[in-house]
Amino acid sequence: MSSVLFDVPGPRARFRHRVLAVVGVLGVVGLLGFIVYRFADSGQFEPRLWEWLQYETIQIGLIEGLLNTLKAFALGAVLAMVFGAFFAAGRLSEHAIFRGPSSVVVEFFRAVPLLIMMFTFYYGLPQVGVKMTPFTVVVLSLMLYNGSVLAEIFRAGIKSLPKGQTEAAYALGMRKTQVMVLVLLPQALRSMMPTIISQLVVLLKDTALGFIITYEELLYYARFIGSQGQFGRPLVPITIIVGAMYITMCLLLTLLANYLEKRNRRNKKVQTAVPVEDIAPAGATTGA
Amino acid sequence: MSVLTNFSSLFLSAFGTTLKLFAFSAVGSLILGTFLAMLRVSPVPVFRAAATTYVGMLRNTPLTLVFFFFTFAYPLLKILKLDPDPTAIVALTLYTSAFVCEVVRSGINTVPVGQAEASRALGLTFSQMLASVVLPQALRAVVPPLVSTMIALLKNTTVAAGFSVQDAGSISYSLSEAGADTLVGLGWVAFFFVLLVIPLTLLQRSLEKRWSVAR
Repeated sequence: MSSVLFDVPGPRARFRHRVLAVVGVLGVVGLLGFIVYRFADSGQFEPRLWEWLQYETIQIGLIEGLLNTLKAFALGAVLAMVFGAFFAAGRLSEHAIFRGPSSVVVEFFRAVPLLIMMFTFYYGLPQVGVKMTPFTVVVLSLMLYNGSVLAEIFRAGIKSLPKGQTEAAYALGMRKTQVMVLVLLPQALRSMMPTIISQLVVLLKDTALGFIITYEELLYYARFIGSQGQFGRPLVPITIIVGAMYITMCLLLTLLANYLEKRNRRNKKVQTAVPVEDIAPAGATTGA
Repeated sequence: MSVLTNFSSLFLSAFGTTLKLFAFSAVGSLILGTFLAMLRVSPVPVFRAAATTYVGMLRNTPLTLVFFFFTFAYPLLKILKLDPDPTAIVALTLYTSAFVCEVVRSGINTVPVGQAEASRALGLTFSQMLASVVLPQALRAVVPPLVSTMIALLKNTTVAAGFSVQDAGSISYSLSEAGADTLVGLGWVAFFFVLLVIPLTLLQRSLEKRWSVAR
């Protein structure tokens, strides 16, 4: 890896790096060794703490928890996208009547912590007679918070395009909606895709907050299993398992983002390489 | 309004706890995150791999799970007993430092390679190069996103309420125990958070605007 900070190492630097590498390996091994020692010493390797994983009902329960997490994620993601698109359009509007309220909504829901929002819906609203299931509360809060963040992402994406794009589209006689749908959005979406997906990773992680308001997702099930005396309260094993599940899901999404980003970069090269051929037939058709 | 006046001491102590959690974990995560970023740009592969693994794990784990681990699982390992408040600080620090690390690292990477090469050609030592060439330029790219990370941290402190810390998120629990109007109380909590976050957002925007022009 070529870094900004370092020159190509000479013999003395290479020796120093080797010494540091040994120190680093010792440090990592020491840390891992300490963790394993603590695990062994506090009896976390006892077979009884791990045997429950073989039971089918527990496996099904884990999968159900996972499905509940994914359900909240999927619905929340779709709704947040719609919410974001709507309010981004509002903030980009030329009319102050739409711009003002959308800005207030977006700024407000971005500033309020997600958990406070969930508490308000779950503990606050029943006082005025509005009762919601934990699932609805989680999805609604995820929509409001992540939707507001996505609205900002959409807006920034549209704003980052060169002004000439809009001007040229208007000069061709397009209407406002046409400019947005045919010219701005296709370009902006491509550059925004990685950012959108990393926000979806945040959304996926935020579903875990549902645990605090008793939504029966993955962590809730983990707590349930962890409190079972008959399995010896396997809180450490279940945390590791659930953690691995979350990390895998998020990494898959991140991989998708990286893949899109890479493809994106390639596309740009193509765009700058062959613009002439692209423009010529388009000009011909509009001419005819 | 009556909720706020009747429970003013509750609000004060709860937001005091929130600010305490924020202050400690902000300092902690800045130090740990910068240290991790140093590891990630170091020329020694083991250091890089260790820091990358740490960041990859923590960034892809929900904060709630980190809290879950430190509240329920960690005490079983019998390493060092922690009260709920320090537990929350540890969880927030470990989680946020991964994000701080990424911000600092990408900030250092925005400095063109030629800058470091030129300073070496001028005969600057490593620390001179860091102090007078690379870091001042990296700072411009680091500080605005760092403020965003800190805003996220401030909001994330509320998660501690789910794990028996008496912070601003826990106000609703205390209010419903006292039989007060939780909806109004939560409205006030949200309002105070907006009040705390908006100055930080404005700071971040002005820094971003000023420094993006200067670059």
